[in-house]
Amino acid sequence: MNICVCIKRVPLLGSAIVLTEDQRSIDTSRLGFTVSPHEECAVEAAVQLVEEHGGTITLLCLGPAAAVEQLREQLALGPDRAILLEAADEVEPQATAALMGAAIEADMAATGAPYDLILLGSESADTAGYQTGIRLAHRLGLPAITNVKGLAVADGQVTGERAVGSAREVYRAPLPAVVTTKDGLNVPRYPSVPGRIKARKKAIDIQQVPLPAGVPAGAPAGGMGPRMEKLRLIVPVSEAKGAQDLGTGDQAAARLVEVIRQIGVLA
Amino acid sequence: MILVHIDHDLGTRAPGGVTGVDPLSLQALAAARTLDDAVTAVVAADGDLPPAAAAELRAHGASGIRVAMHPGLADYAPQATARILATLVEEVCPRAVLAAGSARGNEVMAHLAAILDLPLATDCTQITIGPGQSEVTRARWGGNLLEEARVHASILLATTLPHAFPVTPAPAAGEVHTWTPQVPDADLLVRVVERVMPTGAVGVGLSEAKVIVSGGRGVGSAEGFAPLAELAELLGGTVGCSRVVTSAGWRPHSEQVGQTGTKVAPDLYIACGISGATQHLAGCKSAKVVVAINTDRDAPIMQVADYVIVDDLHAVLPAVIEALRQ
Ligand SMILES: Cc1cc2nc3c(=O)[nH]c(=O)nc-3n(C[C@H](O)[C@H](O)[C@H](O)COP(=O)(O)OP(=O)(O)OC[C@H]3O[C@@H](n4cnc5c(N)ncnc54)[C@H](O)[C@@H]3O)c2cc1C
Ligand SMILES: Nc1ncnc2c1ncn2[C@@H]1O[C@H](COP(=O)(O)O)[C@@H](O)[C@H]1O
Repeated sequence: MNICVCIKRVPLLGSAIVLTEDQRSIDTSRLGFTVSPHEECAVEAAVQLVEEHGGTITLLCLGPAAAVEQLREQLALGPDRAILLEAADEVEPQATAALMGAAIEADMAATGAPYDLILLGSESADTAGYQTGIRLAHRLGLPAITNVKGLAVADGQVTGERAVGSAREVYRAPLPAVVTTKDGLNVPRYPSVPGRIKARKKAIDIQQVPLPAGVPAGAPAGGMGPRMEKLRLIVPVSEAKGAQDLGTGDQAAARLVEVIRQIGVLA
Repeated sequence: MILVHIDHDLGTRAPGGVTGVDPLSLQALAAARTLDDAVTAVVAADGDLPPAAAAELRAHGASGIRVAMHPGLADYAPQATARILATLVEEVCPRAVLAAGSARGNEVMAHLAAILDLPLATDCTQITIGPGQSEVTRARWGGNLLEEARVHASILLATTLPHAFPVTPAPAAGEVHTWTPQVPDADLLVRVVERVMPTGAVGVGLSEAKVIVSGGRGVGSAEGFAPLAELAELLGGTVGCSRVVTSAGWRPHSEQVGQTGTKVAPDLYIACGISGATQHLAGCKSAKVVVAINTDRDAPIMQVADYVIVDDLHAVLPAVIEALRQ
């Protein structure tokens, strides 16, 4: 089984979000970076499927050169290789799917090994578009099962389970297919030391992305035809609550019980 | 005209038509009414829209109701639903198509956006539409950040952030037109093939709980959750946790609160040994009262709490339980 997993580099936000001066981005100068839990679960699912069925895993990321860091981290968990489509700016989902779709087609043509399964997160942590997986499926002419918290492959079919309240909906599609995953699908493993050492030697194919057809020169990446243009970001103000200190120890416990009584949650 | 995709029968769909309208779809209807007087509610199902459901859509501002009936829609089929909307878009040339920013609403609209090759603005909190372009404010980072964006397209595709647009009654004519759409088989490939109902007794779900006693890394271990579970039970509530806790395998993911967990709105949220990362707060900021128990006075959770206890949770919780039992 050949699996492609799409992961995105996102800042690891602290307790407060600070914007850049132009208010179009988060100031990440003091932040670390990571990938979304949804995507960590996608990588874990791929590793488990390959352990069960054999095959290869390719990671795909559209992002800045520094995203090599996230790719190495995830390669340490078992995937075989990675492709980084280098783009400096934030790329909107419509263009992201077009660029990743083209890269996947080119990669399958070059290796002669088509992907059976393409995994993505249900939504990206930062921009939360909820659409890249589905757009990619349309572009590649594949069925899409989304938001799964259960995933299995058997007899050339993929089965995905989706939570609706406390019940589950089951979806099934023939391979090849696109599946988007949600946090909770599994508990992602931690990288081992040998895993990290091996990851250093794994191939990361860095490609400069051409702008999609029809983009006027000088337009921002992804600036094609009908499009969504980010104007500015706003950090919503939450009113400072001025917390009341209940003290410590038994005194705090007694005062908390009073608070609980006041709120009226005690029968 | 604005088209609004109406989801229905969430999680309980039975063959033979519509039984109930998704309340979040009524919020999308409310958003559409702020943009245009002509609002057509679109329902895709395998049978008739019962009079009660039609009346509900009319009462909430649907000036027209279009019901697409197709036997392939005995249960939810996202791409087929989007195909039906796409056909209707071509027929009526709406200024916008809206849906609820639910898992299903976002999914159907993503298919529609892919079919029409148009941008899609998800989780909007504000929408204005103009000729050839629209402006939206939308949620990023689980609502920790807002984005103002201009959508360059003659038809705006957007979903509404849950609870951003209040539902108010607005009676409209809402005549029902039913038709039988053509749906290619490929669009019906992915649909619900089976439903698994929960077995055994289901406790209070996180999203409905009135009291949540939530634990983070500071709880220290799976066993460390015993006093949290005891307190939750005493208060008729349930246990929640942070992602560090689910990653460590101390508690199941179904209890995770936050951006990639569950969004909760209890009357009382007791955060024990949780630092208050933005991704955690994204899930609990709708709590009416937040109590934080943390050894670190400077932890971010202390800034958003109503009451704080700067102490070891393992010293405080047993004392609280004892005091409550008296
Ligand atoms: C895209 C993305 C999505 C995410 N989604 C979620 C999500 O949905 N939910 C979520 O929770 N996290 C989420 N996270 C993770 C999040 O960023 C934090 O890492 C996580 O919330 C921290 O969990 P914590 O507060 O338990 O641990 P920590 O941040 O380590 O905090 C532990 C706290 O316990 C206190 N403490 C220690 N010992 C004691 C004691 N004995 N008594 C009292 N207090 C004590 C410490 O002072 C500290 O404040 C996400 C991250 C990313 C990048
Ligand atoms: N720049 C990117 N690089 C790799 N994968 C991406 C990128 N953007 C989005 N994705 C994938 O698409 C999913 C959904 O993204 P979105 O539609 O932006 O919410 C994410 O969880 C990722 O798996």
